[in-house]
Amino acid sequence: MSTLTRTEASQASSARNKKRLTAFLFVVPLLIFILLSFVAPIASMLWRSVHHPTVATLIPLTLSELQRWDGKTVPDQQTLNVFAQELHSLAKVRESGKLAEEINRASAGMSSVVKSTARKISRLDSQQLAQQGGEILLKSHRKWSRPDIWFAIQRAGKPYTYDYYLTALDLELDQEHGIQVREDTQIYLQLYSKTLSMALVITIFCALLGYPLAYYLARLPENRANLLLVLVLLPFWTSLLVRTTAWIALLQTNGVINSFLLGIGVISQPFEMLYTSFATVVAMTHILLPFMILPLYSVMRGIDPSYLRAALSLGARPIPAFARIYFPMTLPGLSAGALLVFIISVGYYITPALVGGTDGQMISNIIAFHMQRSNNWELAAALGSLLLALILLLYWLYDRFVGASNIKLG
Amino acid sequence: MADLAGDKPFLQFTNVKKTYDHKNLVVKDFNLDVAKGEFITLLGPSGSGKTTCLMMLAGFEDLTSGEILINGRSVTSIAPYQRNIGMVFQQYALFPHMTLRENLAYPLKIRKQPKDVINAKVDEYLSLVELLDFGNRFPGQLSGGQRQRVALARALIFAPDIVLMDEPLGALDKKLREQMQFEIKRLHEQLGFTVIYVTHDQTEALTMSDRIAVFESGIVQQCAAPHVLYERPANLFVADFIGESNKLKGVIEAVNEDTVDVRLEAGGLISALKANCTEVGLPTTVSIRPEKLSFTERLGNTGNQVMARFVTRHYVGEYIRYHFMTADGTELVVKNMNDSSAPQLSAKEEVALAWLPQDSQALDRPVVTTP
Repeated sequence: MSTLTRTEASQASSARNKKRLTAFLFVVPLLIFILLSFVAPIASMLWRSVHHPTVATLIPLTLSELQRWDGKTVPDQQTLNVFAQELHSLAKVRESGKLAEEINRASAGMSSVVKSTARKISRLDSQQLAQQGGEILLKSHRKWSRPDIWFAIQRAGKPYTYDYYLTALDLELDQEHGIQVREDTQIYLQLYSKTLSMALVITIFCALLGYPLAYYLARLPENRANLLLVLVLLPFWTSLLVRTTAWIALLQTNGVINSFLLGIGVISQPFEMLYTSFATVVAMTHILLPFMILPLYSVMRGIDPSYLRAALSLGARPIPAFARIYFPMTLPGLSAGALLVFIISVGYYITPALVGGTDGQMISNIIAFHMQRSNNWELAAALGSLLLALILLLYWLYDRFVGASNIKLG
Repeated sequence: MADLAGDKPFLQFTNVKKTYDHKNLVVKDFNLDVAKGEFITLLGPSGSGKTTCLMMLAGFEDLTSGEILINGRSVTSIAPYQRNIGMVFQQYALFPHMTLRENLAYPLKIRKQPKDVINAKVDEYLSLVELLDFGNRFPGQLSGGQRQRVALARALIFAPDIVLMDEPLGALDKKLREQMQFEIKRLHEQLGFTVIYVTHDQTEALTMSDRIAVFESGIVQQCAAPHVLYERPANLFVADFIGESNKLKGVIEAVNEDTVDVRLEAGGLISALKANCTEVGLPTTVSIRPEKLSFTERLGNTGNQVMARFVTRHYVGEYIRYHFMTADGTELVVKNMNDSSAPQLSAKEEVALAWLPQDSQALDRPVVTTP
């Protein structure tokens, strides 16, 4: 065997590097675009769910004073004085509302307390507060004398926190008992499980409806199958909003379906179909069906009809032959379609928001709520991160038991 | 062989017709009797209807009209999975998600045979195709030839009455193909099953079959044993399709008992065996196999002769192909063994080529209408 000389080797490697560089340069614009528009926002959201320095920047002195606090009684006079001073200066620059909101999140009902106290304190001057701020504070509202409030403020003041994850999991950190299940409201876990079960139902429906159609299409001659595939794809070319709105027109109390059923006298009272989880499931099954049909179709197209013929010639009856031979061969397409539909529907927002009402809401709707209404981006980020983690976990499980290499999209 | 005295044929196609589009017949009036244990090949160019016949027999296509009988019973009344017909496909059709053992055990499991019987049979058939060590592999891990051997074993393991093979060696390269031909032949002799074999490869058909049915546009042109097909082709299509033929144009001048006299367009009166062109005055094609045509010095003055001009020679190895041109422009090919008898010819040299009357046949000649 002859070996390459040093110059030959270096020439070969420089040629290879040049090729790699060219290939890389081709994807640089896309890479930058993805980094800016996809990776960066997601990373910042993930970061936001654990990093929350608002309170730390609003009342830094109070927080450093609180470090000396034993956590059992009311903080000492000096701490209270510092807090009163800081609240005063916040009120002057009209930022006390922000603090009130933050403290309210940590301990519900504190918003009005902070606001009214701030209003009172803002009328006094800071010299006086430096001396008697604590007393004024305690007098202004009895809640200021409760240690758990100060505990909450102390926790809210930490720039790095996992509190939002606790909230997202319906847990809370109690001063005495540590992490425990939140007593008052249990919404998020329930919403997660509802989201997952609805996604599962949608996936099953898509599979049940899509499989026979894909099978039928795969057995048609190519030109007719292509024509019908266009019909399958037609919904993709219609705006999502239009399709969802069409479902509103169909499902509403005085909508097409109810009018028809009333008209032919099957029912005497209109069904309440819109603004239920039923509406969400129906509309989303309709919207996501192509994601199931396309991978199934492409896999089924690739299956030679001679497999089924071979099974029949070997003596298998049509249905067992289908179950034992054909069905396992379509699993790559089925699992790809199921995974697509499931993951898309877990994070779906528009359709449940429009047709779901309160009953058909999914986790994405509550995330949007926290982004838009309650302005609690950190909780939204935590909920979103948990959703992401959940999907990754499901994907990992899928890969573990089915094998991601079995997925076939086209 | 098919019509053994008094015996009912084992498998019978009678007046089978098939159309897909309700306009054109893909199979036109197919008749064939097959005896048990026979190796029948359906040979023909692609699109000639041979695979359709196979599919109708297997039950994957309906008959448009006619009947297929197995042991005197019409197959149309039997569901495909009850016909007990083994099938070997060109693309093997081994179930990719099952190991070889599972593939082989599949037909036995369906027949609800006990586990130990299944295991023993699978072992037996795996060793029959010499793949005993590969039982736990998946089809994707085998080479083409190995896969086809497994497919063969799977089609045989449940002892079917008939084994259908649809171009089973079409996907293999030449060497493997020859090896597999031998293998199939060996198994056929060893196990004695009936085979209907579809191919477009004439060498394959000639070497393996008991009888060959030559298909052309839905019609069986000739169904006979290989040597008959080669030496006594029934018409020009068969002569042309099976092997190579020199075709001399002429007109029938006289009809005798076994032979006809033909006036060649290239000049000369010759005698050839009577075939499907038996009336005086009819245009005919005299077909002679290249290896039967030889130089006059070897045959002397016996037999037929035609004068031709030497064009070129192709050196093939074990033989040499000489190309000649007759006076009327017909190309003639002579295959001569590459031995001391191989002559050296110079360009445009005129030689007399000779052959024995019994080595040539007067076949039909389609009248070409000049536009």
